Amino acid sequence: MRYIDEYRNKDLILAVADELKRISRKEISLMEVCGGHTMAIHRFGLLSLLPSNIHLLSGPGCPVCVSGQRFIDLAIAYGKLPGFIITTYGDLIRVPGSVTSLEKEKANGADVRIVYSTLDAIEIAKQNPEKKVLFLGIGFETTAPATAASILQAQKEQVNNYFVLSAHKVMPPVMKALVEDGVKIDGFIAPGHVTAITGTSIYEGLATNYGLGVVVSGFEPSDLMQAILLLVEQFEAGQPKVDSQYKRVVRNEGNLIAQRILEQVFELKDESWRGLGVIPLSGLKIKPDFSAFDVEVQFPIDVPFVPEPKGCICGLILRGLKTPLDCKLFGKKCTPSDPVGACMVSGEGTCATFYKYRS
Amino acid sequence: MCLAIPAKVISVEWPSAMVTIENVEYKASLLLLDDVVVGDYVMLHAGFAIEKVDPEEAAETLQLLNEIEQNSPK
Repeated sequence: MRYIDEYRNKDLILAVADELKRISRKEISLMEVCGGHTMAIHRFGLLSLLPSNIHLLSGPGCPVCVSGQRFIDLAIAYGKLPGFIITTYGDLIRVPGSVTSLEKEKANGADVRIVYSTLDAIEIAKQNPEKKVLFLGIGFETTAPATAASILQAQKEQVNNYFVLSAHKVMPPVMKALVEDGVKIDGFIAPGHVTAITGTSIYEGLATNYGLGVVVSGFEPSDLMQAILLLVEQFEAGQPKVDSQYKRVVRNEGNLIAQRILEQVFELKDESWRGLGVIPLSGLKIKPDFSAFDVEVQFPIDVPFVPEPKGCICGLILRGLKTPLDCKLFGKKCTPSDPVGACMVSGEGTCATFYKYRS
Repeated sequence: MCLAIPAKVISVEWPSAMVTIENVEYKASLLLLDDVVVGDYVMLHAGFAIEKVDPEEAAETLQLLNEIEQNSPK
């Protein structure tokens, strides 16, 4: 496939690995904050190509993991209300809440439907005018514009039975919070598709205030290797800055249409992150102008707080302080088919990725 | 969740486009991208084209990698 195969060229990847071995002298820790990057690093075996002084840590870049059980519990609670159809991306269907999952509730009779796009959810709403169709909005800046666009589309077409439950979050505050929290890293491998929406300026503070390198990376193996090379070059030269390896997709200014739509529909709110606590202005809430589509305004319900499973260190893993191999439950009591914690339940969670690709 | 894949635009009917990935056709929304023409490659994420792929930048990235390979001591 064009724009994929050429970036999986083994010779080029090995050449970057050789270059890293040649130039990297100091111990360096880099964090990737996107679940897609975590998966690609393990899937392509990139850790085995890096010299032993280069350490990669996984950050809080799996939306399902950081949103936790409460979001699933709320979705299930809405699914049990009469007249509701739950629409969701496939990622969420098997994720266990505190008691059950959307998949199990579907088997018990709840109307849960997987959609490929938010616009499919609007079509379902149009076809079922007597029902309330709820879309589960989850994800970072990459995914949130599609939710915002669907709300604008529903307003335009007067689809009054379409609602959204928003757990959307934004990346920069959590990256800053991790650094302030004391995570020992020297740079970030920044998420390519988040940055395609936001532009690169959102990372400037990390470079100027904290002296961290930030390199935006694509998702193919040569992309990630090149991003690591750029970060190591910056680090060895003592010149951390914001740079991009993924210029074929990321414009410096980002996607202005998506930014405008996001700003029109959402406002920032303080948000609770699993393992990290409340981070100021890190979540996206539907603005009052669009509250007709906000399920939490139109049909407020609550679900009980459920403590984290005992023994699970997902919170520490999400902060890059531990790896799955440090967890006593990993691979024993906690597996993808019978997960205990959030980092195992989502396919792009750090634990699930480690489990799938462990040698 | 933030994955997106490159897809080739084969027709545009505002506000959507037909795109192909490995000869499979998808309908992509153009609500987030307004300057797409037939032949462009776009990054498709959850049914939306979120950005165009810039062929010149793509070639330049490969050029940089090729230079690293050519310069590496064998």
